Amino acid sequence: MSRIDPGIGAAGEPLPVGGLPRRRAGASLLVGAVLVGLVVAAALVSFVWTPYDPTLVDASSRLQTMSARHLFGTDKFGRDVFSQILVGARTTLFVGIVAVGVAGVIAVPLGIVAAMAPRWFAEPLMRLLDLLLAFPALLLAIMFSAVYGGSTLVAMIAIGIASIPSFVRVVRSGSLQVLSTEYVLAARAAGRRPVAIGWRHVLPNVSSLVIVQASVAFAIAILAEAALSFLGYGTPPPVPSWGRMLQESQEMLFTAPRLAVFPGVAIAVAVLGFNLLGDGLRDRYDPKLEDRR
Amino acid sequence: MSGQRVLQVEGLDVSVGRRGLLHDVTFSIDRGERVGLIGESGSGKSLTGLAVLGLLPEDVHARGTVALAGVDGNLLELDERRLSHIRGREVAMVFQEPMTALNPTSRVGDQVAEAILLHRRCSRGEARRAAVELLDQVALPAPAEAARAYPHQLSGGQRQRVVLAIALANDPELLVCDEPTTALDVTVQALVLDLVVRGVTARDSALLFITHDLSVVATVCERVLVMYGGRIVEAGPVEEVFRRPRHRYTQGLLEASDLEQAQEHTRLRTIPGSVPPAGRFPAGCVFRNRCTHATRECETLPPWTGPSPEQGYACFHPAHETAQVGS
Repeated sequence: MSRIDPGIGAAGEPLPVGGLPRRRAGASLLVGAVLVGLVVAAALVSFVWTPYDPTLVDASSRLQTMSARHLFGTDKFGRDVFSQILVGARTTLFVGIVAVGVAGVIAVPLGIVAAMAPRWFAEPLMRLLDLLLAFPALLLAIMFSAVYGGSTLVAMIAIGIASIPSFVRVVRSGSLQVLSTEYVLAARAAGRRPVAIGWRHVLPNVSSLVIVQASVAFAIAILAEAALSFLGYGTPPPVPSWGRMLQESQEMLFTAPRLAVFPGVAIAVAVLGFNLLGDGLRDRYDPKLEDRR
Repeated sequence: MSGQRVLQVEGLDVSVGRRGLLHDVTFSIDRGERVGLIGESGSGKSLTGLAVLGLLPEDVHARGTVALAGVDGNLLELDERRLSHIRGREVAMVFQEPMTALNPTSRVGDQVAEAILLHRRCSRGEARRAAVELLDQVALPAPAEAARAYPHQLSGGQRQRVVLAIALANDPELLVCDEPTTALDVTVQALVLDLVVRGVTARDSALLFITHDLSVVATVCERVLVMYGGRIVEAGPVEEVFRRPRHRYTQGLLEASDLEQAQEHTRLRTIPGSVPPAGRFPAGCVFRNRCTHATRECETLPPWTGPSPEQGYACFHPAHETAQVGS
């Protein structure tokens, strides 16, 4: 023990340990961004161009296989699957934005307030949210659809509400960390009021956490919409939705499996994309992993 | 004292639950005066500093009075709203850790400008210009460019100068510095100390300088308060206290930092034992369990001996008294 082995010294050790995850983190960010970009591109393209009207029923070209005319073939009503996938991307992004928007707009301020408020207010608030956590998101969405009528918007607001508790927890724990820093104390010493501290100091410093949580919530919302549409509580026809395409393909799973594969792959790409993006962003911005950079 | 009184702390008691953290802390600072507050870690220095800004944590109980010139009433009893008008304008603070004392998501120039806008009515543009001016005052190189930098782009010394600029932004009556140079290396330390002294001198502000570094107190301050176990055990002009310490704790501190003597004896003199955890100090004289001169008498609280709270000591067996009689 008299001499330090240079191979396992303090300088040598972090290299193999710290070097590898960084590269992987960069890769998941890249792949995630590409997959999400693909979905966004499909949605944007669908606004200006689709090969066919995705809702056009054409009895003469039912159940056609993949060809140059119909890239992904047609379904049992003769609708072009490729066009439906493109327009379905719109629905997918819409549900994600609504759900994450609802959750974020309510949960971010609530999380910061829960962190800054005195105990007698914060504790009951958190317990109340725990109560909400007890409801499975899908069940809540089905309940909402049953009460307020089935529409994408209603279902997604329900999904958004269901993801509030976990969102609040993340924001609150991040905020508590920020509030214990010296710059917050310094801000108070400079005469800053609590509201300004929440807005100017806490919010910008938890924003990376919010972005990560939002991308994960986005993936969950997409999956939930697909599940709801599959169950018949989500996007009503004729608006194209990947979930409903899956459901409609069910009866022809053995005769025309491609009808299930295309929307299935699309959902997988979108969910995987947002999850990888979230992971990548976390690896990049999580302050606990800062020493890797 | 002839000067106008800026800060008056009287009988300040701070406790958490049943643990006493500060006991009967009494002192005052006049306009333009620079006062050092010294003691080991855990002696209650920082807590005293926070109390002066009304920044004590929510779960502690404070009694006594903290009065600031130009502010009606006891600072300990004001609500957050009133306090937020006082903090940063009448009294400002520089913290120990320059690495964490600035918001990492905001440009330093904006942070200085905001400090100005909090207490002064002026346009954003004016505040920005004033901020650059302040950064120039604290000797930040290329202040206009530095104002656009984020905290992580600056060194520790540079950040501490930004923190100082924020503290001085509204010409406070009183500046509290809590170990502002402890985290800096020695060369930068000298520069920052110089800037602190110049900053308060130019504004004729009072300074409460908290540190455990005796040499820093000797260069910066005129008066010194020695704190141990949540009590002020000795106070007086720096010259006097450092040359002829009366309290045995002060004597121990000085001997522990006397490097010349250390070379002769080859080993640094230390105060035996360590600082007890907060609230676990002995009754009576708080220093008696580490003091080589302690007697039965020390089990009762030694009274303050001296002409005023600004000069005196609390010890039954003061140093230099027997020496005088003997010689």
